[in-house]
Amino acid sequence: MTTMTQNITHVHQVFIRATAEEIWEAITKPEFTLKYFYGTRVESELRVGSPFLYRAGDSDELLVEGEVLESDPPKRLSVSWRFLYDPELAAEEPSRVTWEIEPQEGGYCKFTAVHDGLGSKSAEHVAGGWPYIVSGLKTLLETGKPLAG
Amino acid sequence: MDDDRVFRALADPTRRYLLDRLYERDGRTLTELESALEMTRFGVMKHLKVLEDAGLVVTRRSGREKLHFLNPVPIRLIHDRWIDKYTERHVSALADLKTQLEETG
Repeated sequence: MTTMTQNITHVHQVFIRATAEEIWEAITKPEFTLKYFYGTRVESELRVGSPFLYRAGDSDELLVEGEVLESDPPKRLSVSWRFLYDPELAAEEPSRVTWEIEPQEGGYCKFTAVHDGLGSKSAEHVAGGWPYIVSGLKTLLETGKPLAG
Repeated sequence: MDDDRVFRALADPTRRYLLDRLYERDGRTLTELESALEMTRFGVMKHLKVLEDAGLVVTRRSGREKLHFLNPVPIRLIHDRWIDKYTERHVSALADLKTQLEETG
């Protein structure tokens, strides 16, 4: 990342009973993100340099804006990340989110979501969100149902 | 099976202390974590290994350094599996009580 001041990293890891392709789809297809990513629809052509967006499922409002930095399906996806729904967060430099999918023995994948280059406000903002999202993604893929509530 | 490891890892004050240090500031080296404890390097390594096996700590390489990160997902999974189930009703009852008291107060 470009600035020295925004250097906070959050790491979220879990084992998911699913194939790498299934996890890749759950990250990159809007019909999945609607069910575990705060009711948002992801939108991207997944080519390096193409936009990577999250829109509100109901209103279409643009909530997160970024650009694909690396795309290696179904193993690794890295995107820049800017929050648009809060002026304080939008004022910070864009951060970066990287998803890593590593197949393991026995039908599991190790799934890691790394959010780095975070400023202090964004870091605080995402601290509770990622565990909820990653837990919801695991539940959705393993049970076919989103988390209750 | 995974839950057992998480509960066992959390059932130790030194390991909870290490998690609290990582919560304050993530991505620390063994040397940094060691300096916060009156314990041998080997002792701290053993505790970190238990936390890693439980998935509560994830290590990543950054150049020549091995950095330790707090991984909150296992705790979230336990929360979703256990805590929600037993607390939902109590918490909502307390929230109702609070609202009532504030309205009448």
